[in-house]
Formats: sequence, C-alpha cells, structure tokens
Amino acid sequence: MNAYWHCFSGIVMREWLRFVLQRTRLLSALVRPLLWLLVFAAGFRAALGIAIIAPYDTYIPYEVYIVPGLACMILLFNGMQGSLSMVYDREMGSMRVLLTSPLPRAFLLASKLLATSLISLLQVYAFLAIAWLYGIQPPVMGLLLALPALLLVALMLSALGLLLSNAIRQLENFAGVMNFVIFPMFFLSSALYPLWKMLEASPWLYWLCAVNPFTHGVELVRFALYERFNLLALAVCLGLTLVFALLAVWTFNPQHAALRKAN
Amino acid sequence: MNALEVSDLSFAYGAREALRQVNFSLPAGQFAALLGPNGAGKSTLIALLTHLYDVQRGEIRIAGHSLKTSPRPALRQLGVVFQQSTLDLDLSVEQNLRYHLALHGLSRRQGAARIDAELARQQLTERRHERLRDLNGGHRRRVEIARALLHAPRLLLLDEPSVGLDPASRLALGQHVRQLCREQGLSVLWTTHLLDEVQPSDELLIVHQGRLVASGRADAVSLEHGGSLGSAFTRLTVAGVCS
Repeated sequence: MNAYWHCFSGIVMREWLRFVLQRTRLLSALVRPLLWLLVFAAGFRAALGIAIIAPYDTYIPYEVYIVPGLACMILLFNGMQGSLSMVYDREMGSMRVLLTSPLPRAFLLASKLLATSLISLLQVYAFLAIAWLYGIQPPVMGLLLALPALLLVALMLSALGLLLSNAIRQLENFAGVMNFVIFPMFFLSSALYPLWKMLEASPWLYWLCAVNPFTHGVELVRFALYERFNLLALAVCLGLTLVFALLAVWTFNPQHAALRKAN
Repeated sequence: MNALEVSDLSFAYGAREALRQVNFSLPAGQFAALLGPNGAGKSTLIALLTHLYDVQRGEIRIAGHSLKTSPRPALRQLGVVFQQSTLDLDLSVEQNLRYHLALHGLSRRQGAARIDAELARQQLTERRHERLRDLNGGHRRRVEIARALLHAPRLLLLDEPSVGLDPASRLALGQHVRQLCREQGLSVLWTTHLLDEVQPSDELLIVHQGRLVASGRADAVSLEHGGSLGSAFTRLTVAGVCS
C-alpha cells in the first residue's frame, strides 16, 4: 500500500513542480476566464437580465452568474490539454517512463489524472480570488464546499479528454480539441446563460445543453458555491467520471494506437 | 539465471509482421549490442521489452519473470534509457531522480541513499541541484542512466542512447556502460544502427526485416560473414543473406 502512496505523491509532486517552475502557465490559465469576466460579462451585463433561479436567492448581475462556468472553463481547458499531451506523450515522452513503472497501468493513469486535476484546482482558486477582489463574493463556506465539486468536475473532464484523445485520431492537436470538443461543450452548456433562456431560443438547443456533461459540472459547482446541493448534477458527474475513467484507462493502450496506425 | 530471455517472439501490426521468431538470451554481466537498419524491428522489440506493447506470441523473461504473466516483478528488474530524452528539463537532476523512485513505489527516505550512490557513480554529485536544461547532452544521458539504475535493476536497456551526442561523449558513454557490466554484473542491451559503437568482444545481435539474422561475439560474427563488421552487416542486411 505504501508503494502506491509513494507513487501517487511522487506524481502529484512532479505536477506541482512543473506548475511552479512554469510560471507563465498560471498566467495563461487565468487570462482566458478573466477576459470573459472583466470584458465579455461587463459588455453583456445590460443585454442579459438573469431572473431569480436556483441556487441564487435574489436577482444577480451577469458577472455573478458566469463565474462558476468560467471556473469550470479552466478545468475544461486543462483537462483536455493535459489528456491530449498524455496521449501524444505515450510513445515518446515522459509517459513512457510512467508506463514502465511496475505499478498497475490503471493506477498510474488514474494518479496522473488526479494529479493534473489537483493542479487545475489551484488555478481555479486563483481565478476565484481575483473574482472576489472584483466584487463577486460567494459565501466562504461555499468556496470550501465547491472544492470537492470542482475536483470531481476536473476528474470528469480529464477522463473525458483522455477517452476522446484515445478514440478519435483526428484530435491530434489542440486546435482540433478546441473546435470539436471545448467550444461546443462550453457554448452548449449553462456556463454563459441559464437553460431556460436556451429553451426560449430553441428546444433542441436546450436539450443539447441539458444532456451536456459540462452543464452538470457547472451546475454542481454553482450550487456548491452557494451552499446548495444539486443531486442530479452530482449523480451525473459521479456516474460519468466513473464511466469515462474506466473507458479511458481501457483504451489507453499504446499497442492499440500502433496497430490502428498500421491499419 | 539469465537477465533476459527472449523466446520465439513474434509481433505483427495487423497483417504486417514486425518480428518473426526472435530468440536470444543475455546472461548476467553481458553487454550486447542490438544492431539493425531502420525498420528492422528494433523499435518494436524495445516496445515489447518495456511492456509498452503486449507480447502476442512467444515469451520475454526478465530475471526469470515473464512479462506476460508477471509484469510487475519483471519491470522491477528493468532499467530503460529511451532514445528520446524523457527527463523533465525544468526540474533539477535530483527532482527527476526522486520522481523515478516514486514511480517504483519508493519513498524519499528509502531513495535518498540510492540517489547519492548513483549520482556519485555517474560523477554527477555536484550537479544534483542543476536544472536539466542547463546540462549538456552527455550529462543528460548520464542522468538518464543514473535514473534507470536507481531501482537496482538487473537489466539495462538503452535505445540508441548515443543519438545527438558528439563523438567524445559517445565513446565515453559506451566505455562507462561496459564498465558497469564488468564491475556491477549488470546486463545491458544497447540498440544502435552505428557500427562503430560495437566492440569486437561485445555480444552482437543483428536484426533485419523482423528476424534475428546473426548472433554471437562481434568478432566471430564479422569473421563468419565477411571479415569486417561493416561487410558482415552489409551481407546480412542488404544482400539478404541469413544465417
């Protein structure tokens, strides 16, 4: 059991050191959501009125509405980018070292996903701290309750990213992931607009948003941030994380990729 | 017990056979050079030996442990230096080594003495806190060797380790690894496509089109197939003459 712990903590430590040493990483992770918050949301504030919807008890400005979605956006980008590099790396880079470890491959991959998710949380809380200074101040207890929710969403998105990168040969670069995964997942969700607004616009768009796992991730975090519990979102996120992780580990076989390339 | 035993090993990418009925073994303390032109099957063999690919047909045993049925004890006895560097350039020498120990389930406390010993053996003690990015190619290779030996394996696999090194570093690296074989009883499989990296007393394995076309002491193989290693290699791999 100790061997597993040493291995896991070593993988987390490596991710932490890489994060600390690559100082521009934090900055680039924060630029995107901050632009949305400080520029986009400010511009749309007047155009979009948000009615009273759960978990909020009162009318809220648009900036308050989009903060949970932007926090999840960091997780979405990091999860997809991290998973893509794991797949790219498995035949030549540091993943080969990881895979020659005597510990089980499923454990190594799960540890790697968890480690990158933990590092993503640091970026999310840095963003929430800036949002706090900007005036978006959820309850302190909400910030604590959001931690496990954010971790679960980070794991779900990383596992999904790994599964997609394994399964779809075309997703060989980040531009492909941006166009075919990140943007559709982000825009077809409740991150930027509540789903009832989408229903007014188009029922089928509403349903696409409603079945999008990212919507459930955003809602889980939104509810947790305001000390509320969303059972449906939790169940969906838990279930999908398990399914995505199992399928991702199962399909992460360098031999499958080599055979697929040869055929 | 042999450090490595490869028996009847075959591997195919769909319909294309990459390895056919490969057999060889490596006793303790043996340095063996695996030579073959590009596309001969070396990379597939390395992928199989490092458990990146699963064995389809045949058997690989590392220190007596089958990679197919008991991969964990087998991988514990294997150290690998990959062709392309797999070190974290932003991390220090010591941080890279600690990460490797963790992957083998060893704690910092357990690993501290091993790191000290391995750095001393590779003459890298003074550089332990330096970032990999600041080291030259030869020193980076040494760090990779130190890393590969940290968990005290019986078999060291080096996949074209001299790629990107200047001639002096290549020579020094070869001498260093042969010394490890003599003094530590380590078995080494060194893949290359450069003939001048093979010494007459080395065990030599030549692969071509997925088959092991020659094996034995390099000087004996040379004598049998053409007089010099160059002519023997040409006869065995270009002319298609198989032993």
